[in-house]
Amino acid sequence: MSSLRVLWAGWVTHFKIVSRSPFAIGVGATWPIVNATLAYFMYQAGGSPQTLLYASLGSAVAGIWSMAALDASGAIQRQRFWGTLELLVAAPVKFALVLLPMTIAIASVGIYCLATTLVWGRLVYGIPLPLEHPLAFVLAVPATLVSVGVLGFALCMLLVRFRAASHIGNSLEYPVWLASGLLFPIAVLPAWTHPISWSLATTWGMRALLHGSLGGPVWLDLGMCALLTVVYGAIGVAILDRFLDAARRSATLSLT
Amino acid sequence: MAVIEAIKLRRTYRTTTGVLRRKPLEVEAVRGISFSVERGELFGLLGPNGAGKTTTIKMLITLLLPTSGEARVLGHDVVDDAREVRKRIGYVFGGDRGLYERLSAYDNLRYFAELYGVSGREQRTRIDEVLELVGLKGREHERVEGYSRGMRQRLHIARGILHDPEVVFLDEPTIGVDPVGARDLRRMISDLVAGGKTVLLTTHYMFEADALCDRIAVISRGEIVGAGSPAELKGRVQGGHVTEIEVFGVDDPTVDRLRGIAGVTAVTIEEREQKQVLVVQTSGEHEVTAALLAQLDGFEVGRVASREPTLEDAYVALVDE
Repeated sequence: MSSLRVLWAGWVTHFKIVSRSPFAIGVGATWPIVNATLAYFMYQAGGSPQTLLYASLGSAVAGIWSMAALDASGAIQRQRFWGTLELLVAAPVKFALVLLPMTIAIASVGIYCLATTLVWGRLVYGIPLPLEHPLAFVLAVPATLVSVGVLGFALCMLLVRFRAASHIGNSLEYPVWLASGLLFPIAVLPAWTHPISWSLATTWGMRALLHGSLGGPVWLDLGMCALLTVVYGAIGVAILDRFLDAARRSATLSLT
Repeated sequence: MAVIEAIKLRRTYRTTTGVLRRKPLEVEAVRGISFSVERGELFGLLGPNGAGKTTTIKMLITLLLPTSGEARVLGHDVVDDAREVRKRIGYVFGGDRGLYERLSAYDNLRYFAELYGVSGREQRTRIDEVLELVGLKGREHERVEGYSRGMRQRLHIARGILHDPEVVFLDEPTIGVDPVGARDLRRMISDLVAGGKTVLLTTHYMFEADALCDRIAVISRGEIVGAGSPAELKGRVQGGHVTEIEVFGVDDPTVDRLRGIAGVTAVTIEEREQKQVLVVQTSGEHEVTAALLAQLDGFEVGRVASREPTLEDAYVALVDE
């Protein structure tokens, strides 16, 4: 119960912090619109509303991933910069409970990407949003945000030794868009890339949203989101313990 | 039982020098210091920048692992029992950082209340109490980015005592705060001790340590060079004299020669606009003014004055040894 309270309080706090960043919100809200517009003109020749919806949802998930890649990967560095990292580590709760809601909150700001993309597509280009499985579609939104947020947590831990972590995270933005089938279906990619696609929360989040809307094996997609959340979480926590121990040994907690 | 115990605590840092050919370098920040702090005591760790004060405090609050030695807080080992230590201590440092600028003071406190296990039912009452204590009541819903330096420091203190810790570590809490704000902070620190808390304070302001601390340990180059009550430390230089000489353009070799004069225990230089003031401490057994002036032959010398030593002189003498 207490751990859940800490997670919730952390999410609320960090969601407020990120939501009050005009840059994050500005980029989060406008960049997917640009993507969606590009995709609309690319796919409109096909004339299929399903293809247009695919492009619209793909842009939204791409926006969510961009948030995680850029901001969540540098979450620890940002706390260092703000001078709050030592205070968070010195707290008597497990540090994973402090860091996890931070990266999930960053990915959650992607809700703005989703909302603006769908509204833009509907109002400007008349792209409909059918809801074949309304409940599953509604569940797919937090499932995508949380699984991508926890992927951001694992990424943050993998890049924790690099001072330019957010730049490295940024360089992963486009490859993940491609590998997750956010711009076009992964079926067109070489077969050897498919395991990479299946290991990404963005792939299953996108599929869950799409299948929730158009129909399909949405519960499998949601299950994969949940499974990957656990796997990413376990990887992140395992690295986190080593990082904290090393940081206490090498006195690198307060270095900016 | 002592509330804080440090036994032969040592900490070295590994770093490198050079760009192309990197050479490993080991820096000894804390060199086997030992001290203890009793319940309800306000203990000061006093020393110049880089003396090892912050390293010591970070080992005691579990953020750094000691290279060797032991430390316990309320009987809990800072290495093996870090979580138990963390539950029972508060940590406050000085400076602008360490707060979430885009949030209000209230939101900052609420988040840290959760991290420090203050129950949901108690949070509102406790936050109101600490806001009242640090004089931020009525301003708590403003964003921290609009706070002055003094207000931020008061918020730091509020955050540090939110969970009502038995022991509070204050690392240079008044640094960069204006004189009035610093006086308010010192009053708050006194109130903490009056309220039964044990406080370990690091500072490099002698007057602050003198005004607040029951006992002081002077730390220099990672070692404790003197310890005792402020009165005891002052006693160390009683009987001595301090000669202040205004000079212009004195160089380091000359200062070293002054240090070599029989009876001279410490020499420091204070830069005051264009001129320098040499502060020369003597044991009092020798009359050294003539010898000092002889060594300064060739330099422009202004006013020469003699006075009784202060606690600051005691500190300088200890650090200069």
